[in-house]
Amino acid sequence: YGSRKFLLPSPFPASSSWAAVGAMAAAATAGSSPGSGPGDSPEGPEAEAPERRRKAHGMLKLYYGLSEGEAAGRPAGPDPLDPTDLNGAHFDPEVYLDKLRRECPLAQLMDSETDMVRQIRALDSDMQTLVYENYNKFISATDTIRKMKNDFRKMEDEMDRLATNMAVITDFSARISATLQDRHERITKLAGVHALLRKLQFLFELPSRLTKCVELGAYGQAVRYQGRAQAVLQQYQHLPSFRAIQDDCQVITARLAQQLRQRFREGGSGAPEQAECVELLLALGEPAEELCEEFLAHARGRLEEELRSLEAELGPSPPAPDVLEFTDHGGSGFVGGLCHVAAAYQELFAVQGPAGAEKLAAFARELGSRYFALVERRLAQEQGGGDNSLLVRALDRFHRRLRAPGALLAAAGLADAATEIVERVARERLGHHLQGLRAAFLGCLTDVRQALAAPRVAGKEGPGLAELLANVASSILSHIKASLAAVHLFTAKEVSFSNKPYFRGEFCSQGVREGLIVGFIRSMCQTAQSFCDSPGEKGGATPPALLLLLSRLCLDYETATISYILTLTDEQFLVQDQSPVTPVSTLCAEARETARRLLTHYVKVQGLVISQMLRKSVETRDWLSTLEPRNVRAVMKRVVEDTTAIDVQVGLLYEEGVRKAQSSDSSKRTFSVYSSSRQQGRYAPSYTPSAPMDTNLLSNIQKLFSERIDVFSPVEFNKVSVLTGIIKISLKTLLECVRLRTFGRFGLQQVQVDCHFLQLYLWRFVADEELVHLLLDEVVASAALRCPDPVPMEPSVVEVICERG
Amino acid sequence: HLPRPPKVLGLQARALTPQTAETDAIRFLVGTQSLKYDNQIHIIDFDDENNIINKNVLLHQVGEIWHISASPADKGVLATCYNRTSDSKVLTCAAVWRMPKELESGSHESPDDSSSTAQTLELLCHLDNTAHGNMACVMWEPMGDGKKIISLADNHILLWDLQESSSQAVLASSASLEGKGQLRFTSGRWSPHHNCTQVATASDTTLRGWDTRSMSQIYCIENAHGQLVRDLDFNPNKQYYLASCGDDCKVKFWDTRNVTEPVKTLEEHSHWVWNVRYNHSHDQLVLTGSSDSRVILSNMVSISSEPFGHLVDDDDISDQEDHRSEEKSKEPLQDNVIATYEEHEDSVYAVDWSSADPWLFASLSYDGRLVINRVPRALKYHILL
Repeated sequence: YGSRKFLLPSPFPASSSWAAVGAMAAAATAGSSPGSGPGDSPEGPEAEAPERRRKAHGMLKLYYGLSEGEAAGRPAGPDPLDPTDLNGAHFDPEVYLDKLRRECPLAQLMDSETDMVRQIRALDSDMQTLVYENYNKFISATDTIRKMKNDFRKMEDEMDRLATNMAVITDFSARISATLQDRHERITKLAGVHALLRKLQFLFELPSRLTKCVELGAYGQAVRYQGRAQAVLQQYQHLPSFRAIQDDCQVITARLAQQLRQRFREGGSGAPEQAECVELLLALGEPAEELCEEFLAHARGRLEEELRSLEAELGPSPPAPDVLEFTDHGGSGFVGGLCHVAAAYQELFAVQGPAGAEKLAAFARELGSRYFALVERRLAQEQGGGDNSLLVRALDRFHRRLRAPGALLAAAGLADAATEIVERVARERLGHHLQGLRAAFLGCLTDVRQALAAPRVAGKEGPGLAELLANVASSILSHIKASLAAVHLFTAKEVSFSNKPYFRGEFCSQGVREGLIVGFIRSMCQTAQSFCDSPGEKGGATPPALLLLLSRLCLDYETATISYILTLTDEQFLVQDQSPVTPVSTLCAEARETARRLLTHYVKVQGLVISQMLRKSVETRDWLSTLEPRNVRAVMKRVVEDTTAIDVQVGLLYEEGVRKAQSSDSSKRTFSVYSSSRQQGRYAPSYTPSAPMDTNLLSNIQKLFSERIDVFSPVEFNKVSVLTGIIKISLKTLLECVRLRTFGRFGLQQVQVDCHFLQLYLWRFVADEELVHLLLDEVVASAALRCPDPVPMEPSVVEVICERG
Repeated sequence: HLPRPPKVLGLQARALTPQTAETDAIRFLVGTQSLKYDNQIHIIDFDDENNIINKNVLLHQVGEIWHISASPADKGVLATCYNRTSDSKVLTCAAVWRMPKELESGSHESPDDSSSTAQTLELLCHLDNTAHGNMACVMWEPMGDGKKIISLADNHILLWDLQESSSQAVLASSASLEGKGQLRFTSGRWSPHHNCTQVATASDTTLRGWDTRSMSQIYCIENAHGQLVRDLDFNPNKQYYLASCGDDCKVKFWDTRNVTEPVKTLEEHSHWVWNVRYNHSHDQLVLTGSSDSRVILSNMVSISSEPFGHLVDDDDISDQEDHRSEEKSKEPLQDNVIATYEEHEDSVYAVDWSSADPWLFASLSYDGRLVINRVPRALKYHILL
């Protein structure tokens, strides 16, 4: 507004400004001729237009960040002491003019002058307008004052008249009251008599009024009348007339009490009316003890009615309403009723003291326990159901509803009992979920079995084992999560019982973590282990792929899933309980043990399958009269094929594993009976039976070289170890079977060929190929021993046959 | 109690039996298996006091020996099952033999001499099996007069009477296993209980009990083992108990009155278990031999006839070892493995207890190595005292 002040017409501008304007005008006239300014008219309000525009420009400039100093003709900051400031208090026209003359060129001086003149003109015209307006107002004010003067004069006269009249009235009034004094006293007396008479009349009329009230059923009114009259009648009972009245009243009151009791007993009118009856009876001075007995008996009747209707809802045949509805009914019907009874009782019989409270508590306990029995029966029906949220809501209603009477009837312990019920249901629910999880796991297994059984038709090996595993794992995990979410409802903040100690502590730690999650993982391991112990050791009962899959599943649990699930559980259920919980490591160890057992069993089962093939092939053949071998026997090809299939199958789920460094081209070894020096050493005694000392020595030397082979040894979690196990079992079987037969020359040669073939293909599957050599060496050597005519085949021929096969 | 020095026969061997009728000397009979050389029966005498093994060799020229059993009545009589190869056919036959009189009670010649002076067995009689097939084993009537034997041939169970000083074997009665597939008995044992009227046999995975009077089946344990059953033995002191072993690496203990579940299962071996033997007097001691080259001695106290052990008087305890065993006896008795013997380097196909010394046993592996071992002394005293 600093800039505007200079330009807008102001009614009382500072004197210095005016002085400046004058001086400026003088200077302007002295300096040059007017009229050479800008073309716009300096007259009237139009003069403001360019100023406004300039102001607008100024604001735009401000907006675009141009400095204030660039705005034309604007002082950067008005200094109040600046003598050259036209609007400043210290304006000095001489200094200003000096400054202008000194600083400005002629053209600008002329402009200044023109500007100054225009402004002076504008100010002049403004001043004229203002003076004119002020003059008009002054004239009208003068008129008004004159009129007021006239009016006041008239009013003064009237006031005088009023004062005289008032004095007259006061006089009269004093006279009248003096006259009436006497009568007034008499009237007061008469009024007193009248009141007494009315009271007496009330007393005399009391019996009839009471009768009327009783007839009309206005018991409250009757009791009030009786109460009002009672004291008076008591006081004046020595007067015969009053006595008669009292007697009458007593008779009527007795009748009234009778009727009230009658009404009280009939019931049906609901608790509030009942309470009213009791209140009236008490007011009539009836014995409270008896009344409270009666009151409770009556309340019992009604509450039992509620219980009966609840029981009817339980009934087996009609479609039971859902549990939420049931608890709602129970809550509003029974619990509400109980609340009313308790509240009314406490209000009416408060004077009874602790004995009365005890009576009420016993009453509430008894009925409460019956109610709980019903609720439990209903909840038991719910156990099989799947909808947890409904159940939790129902329990919440049930529990919440009982908190009111719980506070009212602390001694009855209804709230505690309710909490217990809720806890029991929660426990059962956990059990139910555990069952559900187990069932889900078994379901998954059934699915896997079906999936394993079905796609065999397609002829493709390994029906997506990894996929099946992922399915099973994710399905179980989602079931676990669903169960966790379901039981988590019990601990939700908005649920009324979630802050009970059980739900904050034991439920989370022992119930959910231990009972549900740990329990499930354990039972899963057990279920899986039971496949190892099943009597179907012949391999028919459990598909080997399932064993493999379960083993991998357990191993995955060990490495990651268990800790994930437990972390999840601990996060969801912030365990505040200090009770010991199963550590993750223990569970992991169990899972790992399960995985190991399953895998070992898998090895045994698969080893058995191949063993049986080999065994049948050795047992059923007539090795004495067999022909010269031309081919590898089909069963050996089958063994290699099956081993390859197993390799693929295991490879789907397990990592490769470590293999011992391989010697140079191991597949090139050919079996011949005497090829291995070790064999020569070992079986030399067969050919020199009369040298026991040498045999001893040789067998001791041989002991240095060979290590005992554990045929059924523990398996590690990798493919190579699994395959090694299977091949060991198969080859050992072959060895033992060969030792039970007798071979002809060609029989021996056939064994040679077969073993070479196995050697060619099996070494790649095992951890230590030396093992395959060793076992196959021994097979061939044993066959040679079991041959009366051991003429081995040329190694080169063996190789040719095997390569051809 | 160091392990006894191993005895090497020089030939492959599967057949081992104690000389059942001998109750004083520790003596075992071992039959060899060789297709190229004359087979032998080695009579192994163990001199307990001097820790010396003596060996006498009898030639058994008819063929390699698959099974051997000694008469319980006559020290000199034994039966063998042997392979006879003819016309590129192998047939397993059985015969009853008598050894030379001077060898019956052993001789104390040095081992070196014995091999050079091999004597021959005297054939008493053949068990004619032309109609029945391969003989798997021959069992003598336990505690009998050595006149009754039972042999198992393929799917037949044959009861023979030995007459005229055992020179003639008459087939008294027989029964056979009927069913689909090629059924074959693998082994059998004659029960010493019930007046010796019961025999148990193994075929494939099934155990069967037979009454020798009627030759009919008494009980049958289907799928007793997951795989082939290799051997079985009767508890000498508990009449309904028997042990079995098989290719599933397990040893199972059965109560024949309840054949649905084994009483107990042991799984200590890592390969097929070929042999299981109860100790003749202390039936908690069970011996098993397996093709994992191990012999395992187990203490099956909980199902033995002495499940609570013996009570020990404190006064009898003198040395430390005994003291230890005394402490043990007061603890609840637990089944456990007493010892695992690993002297063998090849599959062990036969183990048996000595008939003379109940604390001594022999095991035989395929490479012809015979090992004689003792029950650990601590355990012996524990059981005895």
